[in-house]
Amino acid sequence: MDGPGIAALTAQATVAGSADLDVTPALCVEAVSHAYGERRALVDVSLSVPRGGFVALLGLNGAGKTTLFSLVTRLFDTRHGRISVQGFDVSRHPSAALAELGVVFQARTLDLDITVRDNLLYHAALHGMGGQRARARAAAVLDDVGLADRARDKARVLSGGQMRRVEIARALVHEPSVLVLDEPTVGLDVASKASIVEQVRTQARTRGVAVLWATHLLDEIEPGDHVVVLHHGRVLAAGEMSEIVTATGATDLRAAFRSLTGAAVPAPDTAEDSA
Amino acid sequence: MSATIGTLDRARHRLTPSGYVICMRGVMWREALRFVHQRGRFIAALVRPLVWLVIFAAGWREVLGVSIMPPYHTYILYSTYVVPGLLAMIQFFYGMQSSLSMVYDREMGNMRVLLVSPFPRWFLLVSRLTASTVISVIQCYAFLVLAWLWGVDLPGTGWISVLPALILGGFMLGAMGMVLSSMVRQLENFAGVMNFVIFPMFFASSALYPLWQVQQASPILYQACLLNPFTYAVELCRFCLYSTLEPVSLAVVFGCTVVFTAAAILAYDPARGLMARRPRPGA
Repeated sequence: MDGPGIAALTAQATVAGSADLDVTPALCVEAVSHAYGERRALVDVSLSVPRGGFVALLGLNGAGKTTLFSLVTRLFDTRHGRISVQGFDVSRHPSAALAELGVVFQARTLDLDITVRDNLLYHAALHGMGGQRARARAAAVLDDVGLADRARDKARVLSGGQMRRVEIARALVHEPSVLVLDEPTVGLDVASKASIVEQVRTQARTRGVAVLWATHLLDEIEPGDHVVVLHHGRVLAAGEMSEIVTATGATDLRAAFRSLTGAAVPAPDTAEDSA
Repeated sequence: MSATIGTLDRARHRLTPSGYVICMRGVMWREALRFVHQRGRFIAALVRPLVWLVIFAAGWREVLGVSIMPPYHTYILYSTYVVPGLLAMIQFFYGMQSSLSMVYDREMGNMRVLLVSPFPRWFLLVSRLTASTVISVIQCYAFLVLAWLWGVDLPGTGWISVLPALILGGFMLGAMGMVLSSMVRQLENFAGVMNFVIFPMFFASSALYPLWQVQQASPILYQACLLNPFTYAVELCRFCLYSTLEPVSLAVVFGCTVVFTAAAILAYDPARGLMARRPRPGA
């Protein structure tokens, strides 16, 4: 697809998608660009996630997903464009924005030497939550992800899928409005993957948590999801899955992605669980 | 709009003074847990100075006499002379080890968990610094007990008067390690930094030899010792152990603590620091 065609599709899909969005998105990324020296990692990226919405950020490795996450979580500073969480500019009001943000990084970030519960309590403390309230929240979120019985186990003894579920529980312990997950199912088996996707979708559906889910795996995307296709740092298309498929004249999302990017999407990850 | 106001209230509620206390306590608690779970680190931290005290100092005590020099009022054994240097060494190594764990944390991602906390970045780093300083002070006191059991003569009041020097020294050396950790991209590179920083700083100081003897042996090395902040951490410990304040050492250690802490905060600042300029794997 040529350049103007891509631009037209992006504009069309964004407008179509925006009809469903709340007036104030929970997460809003506006015209964000980022470069590492001369290398441009993100170019004029815009997307938004409504309250209770599930938006899939679809892109191959190196597309710029992790850079975008680093900007959203303020590991990097946003120099061009604007990112806001619940209306709070991440650069100008980082404390308010980060207080509303739950993050699951691509790399495993649990402290393996301490218990599951202690990992959650540590995270709660980092958000100014302590005492009985923190303990109650830790118990509640562990129950949500089905790991209440593993609270006193050291994180080290958990399987890969269980670690991911603990990380999701940890990201939710301070009751964030927005949950961002950077390829959370990479390296997990099919059952663990399905369980994690479902648990996160449940949070969006029942608790109104806005979810930005970065992935390169098409099987994690459902027909009603909003999808943002990121390739080489640029948003090539955004909108509901069916809209993107229709606009590209493809038969399914895989073909649409290939049509947009000229690259094939990797087959679903079937790596074995670690324990 | 009401939801936004509610959110703002919630954020403010969490960043209250009690929230800051909870956060700092959490960081210290995690550092303490890590310390407890890694008993090998504690033992290694004690064995290292004990090797110097029991083997090195025993060998040198007959060769190297330490003449009367402040803060000592009489001739002292070499094993007594070397204790403040070994206290500073414990803190130096722990500061570096703590920084090593920061590089490890950054590689493994734990550091990111700390950095996405809503509390200000400077506060998070100072909390981390405080935690590592407390642990290093505990190690120093454990070493002092062992040194006393070994027969090293330590003044009774020195056990208390050395505490502020250990705290300040711990902050300075921890902050220096933090700056170094921000410059190191990978864990493997940190070993090189340890070799190029720890050993030169330790040996080019007054930890093992009095400065006047260093001056006689090599004027150039003497100048290097004077430029080395570790020398002043050692001297601050030495004088405080004898309940004497050495103003130059205090000023240098305090100044270096401020500069290194500011540099660490700057280095970890996403807007200006070194961290912002590096792509991450998969970015």
